[in-house]
Amino acid sequence: MSAEGGQIVDHRDGREVVLKLRDVRTQFGDHVIHDRLDLDVFRGEVVGLVGGSGTGKSVLLRTIIGLNPLRHGRIDMLGIDTRGVSGRAEQALQARTGVQFQDGALFSSLTVADNIIVPIREHAGLDEPLMQSIAALKIAMTGLPPDAGDKKPSELSGGMRKRASLARALALDPELLFLDEPTAGLDPIGAAHYDALIGQLRQSLGLTVLMVTHDLDSLNAVCDRIAVLLDKRVVVGTMEEMLAYDHPWVREYFHGPRGRAAIRQE
Amino acid sequence: MAEADPTLRYVERGGASVLEVGGTWTVFSMKDLRPQVQKVRRSAQGRTGGGAVVVDAKKVERLDTAGALEILQLAGGDPDTRVETAEERHADLFKVVRENMQAPPRPARVDWFTNLLEEIGRDLIGLGHHTRALCAFLGEVVVVFLRACVQPRRFRIGAVVQQMLEVWIKALIIVGVLTFLIGVVIAYQGVQQLRQFGAETFTVEAVGIGMFRELGVLLTAIIVAGRSGSAFTAQIGTMQVNQEVDAMRTIGLDPIEWLVLPRILALVISMPLLAFWGNMTGLLGGAVACIVYLDFTLVQFFDRLRDTVGIWHFYTGMIKAPVFGIVIAAIGCFEGLRVRGSAESVGQLTTRSVVESIFCVIVLDAVFSVIFLLAKV
Repeated sequence: MSAEGGQIVDHRDGREVVLKLRDVRTQFGDHVIHDRLDLDVFRGEVVGLVGGSGTGKSVLLRTIIGLNPLRHGRIDMLGIDTRGVSGRAEQALQARTGVQFQDGALFSSLTVADNIIVPIREHAGLDEPLMQSIAALKIAMTGLPPDAGDKKPSELSGGMRKRASLARALALDPELLFLDEPTAGLDPIGAAHYDALIGQLRQSLGLTVLMVTHDLDSLNAVCDRIAVLLDKRVVVGTMEEMLAYDHPWVREYFHGPRGRAAIRQE
Repeated sequence: MAEADPTLRYVERGGASVLEVGGTWTVFSMKDLRPQVQKVRRSAQGRTGGGAVVVDAKKVERLDTAGALEILQLAGGDPDTRVETAEERHADLFKVVRENMQAPPRPARVDWFTNLLEEIGRDLIGLGHHTRALCAFLGEVVVVFLRACVQPRRFRIGAVVQQMLEVWIKALIIVGVLTFLIGVVIAYQGVQQLRQFGAETFTVEAVGIGMFRELGVLLTAIIVAGRSGSAFTAQIGTMQVNQEVDAMRTIGLDPIEWLVLPRILALVISMPLLAFWGNMTGLLGGAVACIVYLDFTLVQFFDRLRDTVGIWHFYTGMIKAPVFGIVIAAIGCFEGLRVRGSAESVGQLTTRSVVESIFCVIVLDAVFSVIFLLAKV
């Protein structure tokens, strides 16, 4: 790891950085979770965020989204310093990002279609028939059957809820998409379809994706680069670089039986 | 974001009508597009009379799925419409949207009257099912209770005592304060009204009989329904959501025996105790009001109470208390076990449990009145 921390490899100079973390520290009470953490995400790439239990993957994601207070450091999202934004500017920024929570976090009192329409109505305010057809489009894009739109989240299976949640995250065609363990709890076939879906959407919509995941197959299949949380910092590199990286946890993670199996399939 | 507005116009080009679009077509830019669309469309229909349309999207600067969808819909909603684009990204977007386009959803709604009838019918049938399920549940509780009578260790005294702490001891203050206040109010009103007839000393009977027969026990029951009945539903409902109840079943523990019976027993014992406590604080409130407004002494108040209010007034109230306890606890537990799936249903059923148990308490109170009337007590 280079002395200034963070980025071990930065071989895509000249590309636009859509998410930039500098010197970020998060802590709960006296317990420091991240310290002097740097991370760059470039436009159009998919970055997988991994780390052992308790290293604060979800905490980091929540901090980036703005759900946890940032104690120290700075986060630039889509070229905007998130520390100072509020009101109208913050809303505009939120409209350009999408978040899929781990268990879907769909509004349980609304149908799936209405869930997708909520952000559109709030930020864009189109007329009803157009919003309905946009919702139907997103439902089809995420691979849900057409009749899913009229159902309540509680009537869907876990995998369908994840897709519906993705459809809501995509409602406004965000530039930056955050996914929290998108394939956790899916069967391998469903997870593979989901990975393919993310890859396809990235291609067609030009998405930039940051996903927290433990799924080595996902890391292999869709992630351009992998960010590993180690010792309160983050180390970033491609799969090959990670395989060559010398750290006990990284070696065990990528060279353990599951890691080897996932990589052999490639 | 200073961006070009979306533009559109229909033109004739080589015999075919072409829809020319340009500018920014994103979900944020199309807000005020609708009137423009209608105007353009009206003038276009005069000229071409419909027919196949080619979309020329070469002048589009920014595009997202919503924009692409709207453009395709403007062109007639046919996924096979030919689209000419300048950038490959845009062509990709059109392709994705085309593949996933759905026929415009939502057929016309049924008229409100049919809807209303359907709702009423559905609710009535639902009510029937609900009542039957409640009876079945009560039957199950009775069976478990009888089985526990044979094997007393099944009563789980520890759990009962723990529940009693919650529903009895922790409710003493709120029940005491509220019945005290009602006692004061009744006495004050009694003094005001009866003074017109020079009969203000009868206030003591008004407070005594009112508290003993109805108010003490009814107020207590309503407070307990709101406080403990709802808690039962929420506790058991949350356990349902977490699949704890399912886990109990697989381990071989009967949820009725472990969750329901202790709560019902606790409330059956606690309700009379609470109602008694409520009666006493209510009388105290009445006494305080009489001391203030009628210059009674405390001893005078209770002397008159002993001489004029028969003991059966007290008994009628106390007979009702355990019955109300059973009803509140049973409905609370029953609704809790009905929770399915989401946290939302915990909230719904908790509300429902409170409303239902207060309703049943008041209906039962009326039934008791009739019985006592016939028994002349």
